[in-house]
Amino acid sequence: MVNTKVSLCGIEIDNPLIPASGTFGYGKEFNEIYDINCLGSFSFKGTTLEARFGNPTPRIAECTAGMINAVGLQNPGVKAVVEHELPELKKFFHKPVMANICGFSIEEYTEVSRILDKEEQVGWLEINVSCPNVHGGGMSFGVTSEGAASVVKSVKAVTTKPVIIKLSPNVTDIVSIAKACEAEGADAISMINTMLGMSIDLRTKKPVIANKMGGFSGPAIKPVALRMVYQVYENVNIPIVGMGGLSSAEDVIEMMLAGATAVEIGSANLVDPYICRDIVDKLPEVMEKYKINNLKDIIGGAH
Amino acid sequence: MKEILYTIESNVALTDSVYKMVMSGDTSEIGGAGQFVNIKLDGQYLRRPISICDYDENTLTIIYKVVGGGTEQMSEMKAGEKLNILVGLGNGYDLSLSGDAPLLVGGGVGVPPLYKLCKLLKAQGKKVTVILGFNTASEIFCEKEFSEIADKVIVTTVDGSYGIKGFVTNALSSVSYTYVYTCGPFPMLKALAAATEVSGQYSLEERMGCGFGACMGCSCKTMLGNKRVCKDGPVFVKEEIIW
Repeated sequence: MVNTKVSLCGIEIDNPLIPASGTFGYGKEFNEIYDINCLGSFSFKGTTLEARFGNPTPRIAECTAGMINAVGLQNPGVKAVVEHELPELKKFFHKPVMANICGFSIEEYTEVSRILDKEEQVGWLEINVSCPNVHGGGMSFGVTSEGAASVVKSVKAVTTKPVIIKLSPNVTDIVSIAKACEAEGADAISMINTMLGMSIDLRTKKPVIANKMGGFSGPAIKPVALRMVYQVYENVNIPIVGMGGLSSAEDVIEMMLAGATAVEIGSANLVDPYICRDIVDKLPEVMEKYKINNLKDIIGGAH
Repeated sequence: MKEILYTIESNVALTDSVYKMVMSGDTSEIGGAGQFVNIKLDGQYLRRPISICDYDENTLTIIYKVVGGGTEQMSEMKAGEKLNILVGLGNGYDLSLSGDAPLLVGGGVGVPPLYKLCKLLKAQGKKVTVILGFNTASEIFCEKEFSEIADKVIVTTVDGSYGIKGFVTNALSSVSYTYVYTCGPFPMLKALAAATEVSGQYSLEERMGCGFGACMGCSCKTMLGNKRVCKDGPVFVKEEIIW
């Protein structure tokens, strides 16, 4: 019997599979088609202080081996999440959930974190300083070491839950940003958020997406994600949650070999809604194939 | 929602760019007229959302227009080939509000979902009038199919090459009706909403990511707050749409 359990910031999870924020809502839509308790956890939709509609449509474009989105952090706001989504979630999901938190100011990140810190089912706070789809916030904190580190510092001051900082690949040196976050007390790093991309419609001769640019994700970005996780692993001592184009049990193992303790699956959920369940089912078989008894033993194994 | 593997029974061109595909497979998850399916295609990352034209216990029919690489690929598929499809998506039309004489208005590729609706309304004994709008005579499809089941079918063409010249709204004055069911390009829906006092259900279209409510890619603002076209729609009541 192989062991798929891993420990993320002191919380043991049955397997490293965590559907990524923005591709899994607050769990309901997927729980209608399979019991999502088979997952390690999931990261819920990026939540801000106030409700947001997000960007104008079209917000979605397809590209080779991936997609571009510019949803722009549509969410019902933290009050509605606490009053409606989390009580609802508790009825069908019986594991710690990852709370994905976004903001447009340090104060907003801190306030949303303070509110979600009080929620029993929230296991980790995943702080998104890397959304490429909003102006004057989101990614602007994630593109400098100072910006990212200052968010970590403020959030750490208001929570006892593990703080995972979600980093952007749209930077010149992700390693230095990761190190700065670790120095301010980040408990883990999740990476990578989407890459800034564009698609142009030949008939209209204009960008497909109303916001012009958007976050590029899907299998095409996997090599970039692997490379960045590998680099960051060599330079920090906190765990990494690896993501970027993963869509199979083999991909999960590859990402863990690069240095990830757990993994997030994003875009693949949108194309194949059963994919996380299927990967959980398939993982033991693939572990046996590659002679892996204990999944946690392979973390960073490629170094 | 369910993922089903369908077998193509036939796939024929109705016009230069519009095709009709009939497939066999489990349709038990389909909940009514006006829903859509999301089709996985080899080599394309995202699925292709297409409205359901007709279905019975073991058959699913779609009518689609070739607008890009994915639909072009579909148009080249042959009987016997398989398609992985998510079915049971979207809310569909609510028949209970139709009154005795519902009016169905379709524009271009907005016509297909009205076909099953027309069948269901006729089965309830309603007097159904259908207006089908196209750009030009060569783009017309399904007129015969609707004529066989509806009480009255009116075709309009923008260039006047067939039927009434102009838009679907040009045909409104000649019909009396209790309720409106419609699907078509947004400008058509908007013109229709403005041209009639009667309430109705309007099916919207938007570029989708997942098609089942997870990604927030196809959101729209309504009088009743933010809605997802794929999950809360695609059918919305006229009064809740922000025109």
